[in-house]
Amino acid sequence: MSTREEILTGLLLDEESTLTLGELSRACTVHAEWIIELVDEGILEPAGDDVAHWRFSGPSLCRARAAMRLQRDLGINLAGAALVLDLIDEVETLRSRLHALNREF
Amino acid sequence: MGIKKDATQDEIKRAYRKLARKYHPDVSKEANAEEKFKQVGEAYEVLKDPEKRAAYDQLGTSWKAGQEFKPPPGWDTGFEFSGGGFTGGDASAYSDFFESLFGQGFSRTHGGQTQFHARGEDRHAKISIDLEDAYHGAARTITLRTPELDAKGHVITHEHTLNVRIPKGVKAGQRIRLAGQGTPGFGKGGAGDLYLQIEINPHPFYRIEGRDLYLDLPVAPWEAALGAKVKAPTPEGIVDLKIPPGSASGHKLRLKGRGIPGKPPGDLYVILQIALPPAADDQAKALYREMEQELAFNPRAGLGV
Repeated sequence: MSTREEILTGLLLDEESTLTLGELSRACTVHAEWIIELVDEGILEPAGDDVAHWRFSGPSLCRARAAMRLQRDLGINLAGAALVLDLIDEVETLRSRLHALNREF
Repeated sequence: MGIKKDATQDEIKRAYRKLARKYHPDVSKEANAEEKFKQVGEAYEVLKDPEKRAAYDQLGTSWKAGQEFKPPPGWDTGFEFSGGGFTGGDASAYSDFFESLFGQGFSRTHGGQTQFHARGEDRHAKISIDLEDAYHGAARTITLRTPELDAKGHVITHEHTLNVRIPKGVKAGQRIRLAGQGTPGFGKGGAGDLYLQIEINPHPFYRIEGRDLYLDLPVAPWEAALGAKVKAPTPEGIVDLKIPPGSASGHKLRLKGRGIPGKPPGDLYVILQIALPPAADDQAKALYREMEQELAFNPRAGLGV
């Protein structure tokens, strides 16, 4: 099942790659309503004025899937998942700062 | 799960919740969090059901604490998704959770009469690249270990390798999504996706922050004081750098767009570090003495001493 010589090219989930509501829902295999709930909860912050014009940044996909896993595996509601995701972001920022400082001294 | 054999159901539930939080792959920094999380989930799946637990206790008397958890043969006989009694829940709502605990292939041995579709699990892996790879792009080979069930239901680890293109201009922490490269699904459910998180190996010269690089550049006191044109390394080759007169240690010079490429590209910050020539011989000592006498310089003037 492994590929031998073929080189796979994936989609880089950076700030420039954007997804519509439909694309994001399909990538997560969830209903669009669930994604809208994530936006209402502030977990995802799409650009664009109304639902039809929403554009989600690449990292939104990872965030949505992480929210899904937290909800499913730990029984956390969306407000709790939002808090967990924010705290994970903060911990990661602090960790990289600490890492940079440790290298300086 | 580190619980006693006579633990109550409540104790089991508490132990499970605690371990699930500890090893949840999104939260945990443990190297083998994903594997541990699955093991804990599997153990709990047996222990939370009093009937199954009784069967397990009976069959698993040779099991010792701390030993790796493996369900005893036959513990799940008679199980069907639609058979009821297992959870009483809706099978389709439950499937993803169930599959995540038991891995793909589980229902295949029981299936046949039950049509069952579920999307495969996503997989996550980290991939380390060098700074140069972020500048130029690269191809990397990664090896993934997939736990699978063999024909007899034993867990075997299946290794497979993938060649993956690392695009130019990636930042640490970014993810690459490879659609359909996760765990295979059941029935008509497609495979999950593979997410690769980029890590950039530390570089001996540059500190990397996002797309920006920081370089400590040693300069001689006269270069800093009088200004100079010096050579400085960048990941794309050596450049000439103009040091303005009157520079001090810690001054930052920005080389716009010389960081990791992208939209917008990062910058390279050169931080000046004044290096003192050693007073190793008489001539050097004489020069320092001359400076001491000729320059009215108190480096501690700002401290009021």
